[in-house]
This record gives sequence, C-alpha cells and structure tokens, in this order.
Amino acid sequence: MAYDKFSKIISPAVPLQAENVDTDQIIPARFLKATERKGFGDNLFRDWRYNKDGSPKAGFPLNEDKYSGKILVAGKNFGSGSSREHAAWAIYDYGFRVVVSSFFADIFKNNAINNGLLPIVVSPDFLQKIFISIDKDPQAKFMADLDKQQFTILDTNESEYFEINAYKKHCLKNGLDDIDYLVAMKKEIADFEKAK
Amino acid sequence: MTAKTLFDKIWDSHIVKSVKGGPDVLYIDRHLIHEVTSPVAFLGLKQRGLKVFRPDQTTATPDHNVPTENQHLTILDELSRHQVEMLRKNCNEHGIKYHDLQTEGHGIVHIIGPEMGLTQPGMTIVCGDSHTSTHGAFGAIAFGIGTSEVEMVLASQCIMQPKPKKMRITVTGQLRKGVTAKDIALYIISQISTSGGTGHFIEYEGSAITGLSMEGRMTLCNLSIESGARGGMIAPDETTVNYIKGREYAPKGSDWEKALVSWSELKSDEGAQFDMEYTFNADDIEPMITYGTNPGMGIGITGSIPTTENMTDNDKNNFTKSLNYMGYSEGETMLGKKVDYVFLGSCTNGRIEDFRAFAYFVKGKKKSPEVTAWLVPGSRQVEKQIREEGLTEILEAAGFQLRQPGCSACLAMNDDKIPEGKYAVSTTNRNFEGRQGPGARTLLASPLTAAAAALTGVITDPRKFL
Repeated sequence: MAYDKFSKIISPAVPLQAENVDTDQIIPARFLKATERKGFGDNLFRDWRYNKDGSPKAGFPLNEDKYSGKILVAGKNFGSGSSREHAAWAIYDYGFRVVVSSFFADIFKNNAINNGLLPIVVSPDFLQKIFISIDKDPQAKFMADLDKQQFTILDTNESEYFEINAYKKHCLKNGLDDIDYLVAMKKEIADFEKAK
Repeated sequence: MTAKTLFDKIWDSHIVKSVKGGPDVLYIDRHLIHEVTSPVAFLGLKQRGLKVFRPDQTTATPDHNVPTENQHLTILDELSRHQVEMLRKNCNEHGIKYHDLQTEGHGIVHIIGPEMGLTQPGMTIVCGDSHTSTHGAFGAIAFGIGTSEVEMVLASQCIMQPKPKKMRITVTGQLRKGVTAKDIALYIISQISTSGGTGHFIEYEGSAITGLSMEGRMTLCNLSIESGARGGMIAPDETTVNYIKGREYAPKGSDWEKALVSWSELKSDEGAQFDMEYTFNADDIEPMITYGTNPGMGIGITGSIPTTENMTDNDKNNFTKSLNYMGYSEGETMLGKKVDYVFLGSCTNGRIEDFRAFAYFVKGKKKSPEVTAWLVPGSRQVEKQIREEGLTEILEAAGFQLRQPGCSACLAMNDDKIPEGKYAVSTTNRNFEGRQGPGARTLLASPLTAAAAALTGVITDPRKFL
C-alpha cells in the first residue's frame, strides 16, 4: 500500500502513559467492519477517548488541546493482542507518523512498518525522559531521524539510537512495500515450489 | 551437523531467499482467510492488477462477524453482511475454496483447518488472525499476520519475516484432576507476563504436554500469542498422527506413508539451542482464573488478587486502573464473586472436547437462574458431533441451549455482547477492556471452571464437583 516516504520528523508528541495498550483499545472490534482502508482515525482509542454519548472524555491525551503532533509516545508493550492492521491504520489515519515505546508487540510492529508508521523502541529510562519533557512543556519538540536511526529530545539535546533492519529502512525511506519485491520474485518462488 | 530445533527445521526448509540485512522470504504452505482482515488485501490486489498466486493453498470461511442465531436468514447488520458478501465474491473471483455459513465446512477458521486435515506437521500456516498459533499444536509453524501480509501471501504465497528467536517451555509432571490445557496456558502467561514471549516462537515439551489430547494442545498453542510470542508448537507424535489420519485433506495411500516418515524427523535435536528456556511443574498448577484486564493477570482459583505493596508507582497505576475497571480490590479472593454470564466457545475452547467436558460437568444439575449462558460450538462439525454424542440432551436438561458456530462473544463483533459492567466467565483468550462489549468484564477460565460458575452463579472451584 502506498504511504508517504519517511525521512525525518520534527514535532511535539502526545503522551499515553498506560502500559500494555492492546489493539482492542487502539481500535475496538466493532469498528473493524469496513472493507476499505479509510476513516479509522475517528475511532482511534474510541472507548478511552469518547463517552457513550459521543462526547470527548476529559483528561484523555487526544482530547487535550495542549497536546498535538505526529509522534505518539506510549508505555511499554504497546500494540499487544490481535493482528488487526486496523490498529496501525487508525494511528496513521489520525495523523501520527511515529510511535515511541520501550517495547512493542511483534505483529503490531510489522503492521506499523508496512504502513509507513515508524515504531521506535527506546530504553525505559529514555522513555521516562520523554514523558518528563512533555510534562514540563506539552509543545516540546522531538526529532525522529530515520537516516541516523536516532530519536532526540530537542529541549535537552539528548538522543538515543534505535534499531531497524536495513531492508525495512530502505522501504520506509522510499515509500515501498514488500509486495512489489515479492511479485518480482515469482519465478524464484515457482522454482522453489518445484524443488520442494 | 549442528543440532537444530523443530522450529529451525521447518523455518529453514521454507526460506526461498534471505534478504541481505533484512527478513527472510518465507514460503507459506497454507493460507487461511476470513471476512475481517481480507477485504483490504483483495482490494490491494485489484489495484495492482494481480490475481491470487496459489488459490488452491488458500481456504476461506466467515467467522468473526457472523450471527450465532438464525444463520439461514440474511445477516441483519449491514456492515457485517457486506463483509461476508465481499469474502464470498472475492473467493469466487479468485477460485478460492469458500466454506459458507450453513455448509458442512463452516466454522471458526482455526477450528475447521485441523478438522479437515488442512493443518499438518512441518507446514507453514498463516492467517490474518493472531490465534493462528493454534495450528502449532501439530508441529507446524503457524502465526498471525496483518492485512498487508495477507496481501503478500495472496500475491506470492510468500511472506517477508525476520526469523524469530526460540523459546522452550517444559512442563513436567502430570496435570491434577480438574486442571486443563487452558489452565497450563493461563499459568504460564501469569508467570512470564503478556510480553514474556515477544520476539520468540515457543516449543512446548514435557510429560504434561505430551499427555494432552490434540484439542488440549490446540488450546495451549492458541494462547501462545497472549504471552507475546508469535506462536507455539509441539512436536508431532502418535497422538498427532492418529488425529490427522483419514481426515479429508490428510495424505492418503503411499503419500501417507511418506508423510509419516518425514513427520518422524520433526523434533528438536538433542542439544539444540534455545534463546530462552522455562521449566514449570504441572503439580503447581490449579484451575486458573483472571482478575484483571490482560491474560497475564491470572491466579489459581483459590488464590487472592495480588496487593500493590511492592509495586513501583508506575506498575501500581496500571494495576489499579485495571482493578477499577473490573470493580475489584487488591487482596480479595476470587471464590464466591458474582458471575452474570458464561461463554463457552471460541478458537481457544470451542472444540468437541470442551463441549464434552462442559456437558458431563453439568449433567444432572441445573444452571443457575442468575446466569445467562452462551454455548457456541466452534464449527458445524463440532455442532454435529455434539448432537451425535447426545450432549445436546444433557445440556438442555441442565438448562443450556446451543447457538450456531462463529467467533461470537470472544470479540463481540456480532450481536453477542456482554452488557456494560456485567461479569462473564469466558473460555476465550482475551480479557482486555471492552473486548466482549463496551464495559464488559471478562474472567478467563477453562470450560470446567465456566461450567462450575454457570451452575452456582459465582466463581467456584470446579474440583468441588469432581
């Protein structure tokens, strides 16, 4: 699927301190009935974000005017549970391009990268520093630099290196996905089948 | 030659190519699809002008979204109906075998695969559903994928994946009376947490594991994902072979003999290296129940909810948030707490053995009038077998009715939703906030513990009745 090429993002961040945020919280199952990939951002964190009557819940970070930006910062074990890619679509559709946590669930991480949403793993200490920085100044800016594989708290100029495999980095930078790569390999795949 | 794990043997034999500095291109033997995570993938194919590369290795059924009553009628919910119709249409267009509602092969995708003999040792199996790990019970590499990956497999029968690390979990000893595969799984997750398995593929070993039936093994492997692992697997043995033999898609004749020879190689070599190892003793496991909002928040049924005494502030906040949602307090015992709903079903515990266990448990007794019970067979075959074994009469005499197959209240995409604030003892896999309906409170447990709660209306130790 086509997504924006990723290079460097400088933006304030939205803090979500909860841990073990599962994909049922990111997008509840009752919103998975669409057959096209659009509009999921409206239901991102639906039951934490809205009351039953549809009014926004006070205190939830997405509802607070002081927070904004393209970076979501979350507690450890973000994205656990279901394989629903709708979770990554909802986060992207809402406007985030980066999710930072000290730990991601495997399937979510793959889904995010496959959709141009960069999951950045930082150390638990660095994650706390990010939360503290946002707490001090909700509009504090951060930089996610894919080339250097570095996440920086610009206020304090503290950085941390993050891992991403070279192939996926190449895909993100160029807005490519795996399907073009695989389709180009069809002959090799057919040969593999014969040899099996 | 270096000693290899079971996982290595299967993974390595499916690598079409290793991408430099990146993932492996892994060949997929079986692809299972359902109505919720496939439509966008088919749309992607269409936009690229591609056809399904190997339709005969793909099997489809609608399960997540379907009603569990009146399946002969049109689906009332417009969006659900549309998703099911899209699946039907896409399968038709691409020549994929589709098991429609009301047909003999219909059911939850992870129940029908093994039932038909589609799931076999040594295979790679994927599906756009995290509980694909179920099929690992047969000594296969089976894992859940996202929709982009579904599109990859449809387009090329391959997927790009970095090779996970390997974990071995050994469970020694023998299970005590009233303790099931579900309890082993909930116990393991309570010990290693919901992220303990992340980045890993688990192989289960030990006498308590090999002693399980195929149904039990499927329950255990199904819940591997709840520890964060991509999947879990068990080396095939006589139990596996006996289960597969004679099933529709099982190898026949000389192919069967050949398969037996190759399956006998499918075990971890002596001295094979795992990145992580755990050993547990079955004697330490009692019937389990969860008290919180992730599957790692489980305790033995006679135990009490942990206290926050030694927790860090951060852990305390998360823990308290979870207990507030559940309406529980730290230190409380679980026994005797009120139960409003009981749900038997899902890809975790919706197989015939689960219905047998439940039915014989409630035989000659009566359901509590305080409890609403939903019993949802995992497939048409399970439903048929329930009928043929006379379990329907036993259940009806005790005050229980059967619904029709589907995922149902496990994720509450259809109308089977637990009302806000109500407590449900559920044989499913996730107790996340709102999982079974907005505001619903889920207590994960085995079919026996669910049956005990259905009779008494409160959390009850099933061993009391055994």
